[in-house]
Amino acid sequence: MSSTTMTTANQDVNKQTERSEMSNGQSHRPTFQPRFDIWEGDEELVLYGDIPGVKSDDLEINFENRQLTIHGKVGRHHDGEGYLYSEYGVGDFQRTFTIGEAINSEAISAELHDGVLTLHLPKSDAAKPRRIEVKTS
Amino acid sequence: MLATRWEPWTELNRLSREMDRLFSRGGNAINSVTGVGTFPALNVWGDNDNLYAEAELPGFALDDLEIYVIGNQLTIKGERRPPEHDGGTWHRQERGYGKFSRMIELPGDIDADRVSAELNNGVLHVTLPKCEAVKPRRIEVTSN
Repeated sequence: MSSTTMTTANQDVNKQTERSEMSNGQSHRPTFQPRFDIWEGDEELVLYGDIPGVKSDDLEINFENRQLTIHGKVGRHHDGEGYLYSEYGVGDFQRTFTIGEAINSEAISAELHDGVLTLHLPKSDAAKPRRIEVKTS
Repeated sequence: MLATRWEPWTELNRLSREMDRLFSRGGNAINSVTGVGTFPALNVWGDNDNLYAEAELPGFALDDLEIYVIGNQLTIKGERRPPEHDGGTWHRQERGYGKFSRMIELPGDIDADRVSAELNNGVLHVTLPKCEAVKPRRIEVTSN
């Protein structure tokens, strides 16, 4: 796995579809699971997620009981009818992660640029690696 | 440590991506030369005057993209670079990086001079005006 090309052949398959059933009889709306990269350093976890078409106002991020939930609403709609090429579906994005590390939830920050969400989760002091000095007597 | 719920679809998706990578037509170099690629996925539709093409390209700026129209062929090229971190650990790397190039054929010739493209929140929208010659024309039927 050297340099990875973008070989996401069919995003419709890769973006998984879970049609969420609405009990109140509203029309079905597809929800997709966005792709994420997660990096962990000494001080923080950084999550990068692809959520094209989501505006910052339509993005909801919750962190509760170690569950990080990201939900992005996409306003436009794609019904696939009358299309010459219809290779991907359009819908909301939702994903939940369980974070094992102790996170300073007050200090979580998020940015959204060009459809990429960047989330910084600073570790709480207890979870940071500590170097133990060895004393010689 | 990070964990997500076990989601069988995710496993399948990972497998399908690996397969794509293995069996993608001839690999990266050839793709970029011949313009045959499968990324990005495209939705294309039209009305009487224009065709419209849309693709999800998160993390790209318009400067990272090249869009060409020749005759009835639309080519989109670009490159996305991975975020850089020194040290640390990657727990997940699901997003794609690198160069891509894709060419598609449209049903009629496009007026290349009037093509316009915009990129909003990672969604590329290309407006492709049809050549006058290929626009539908209503033929009046006259009777003597």
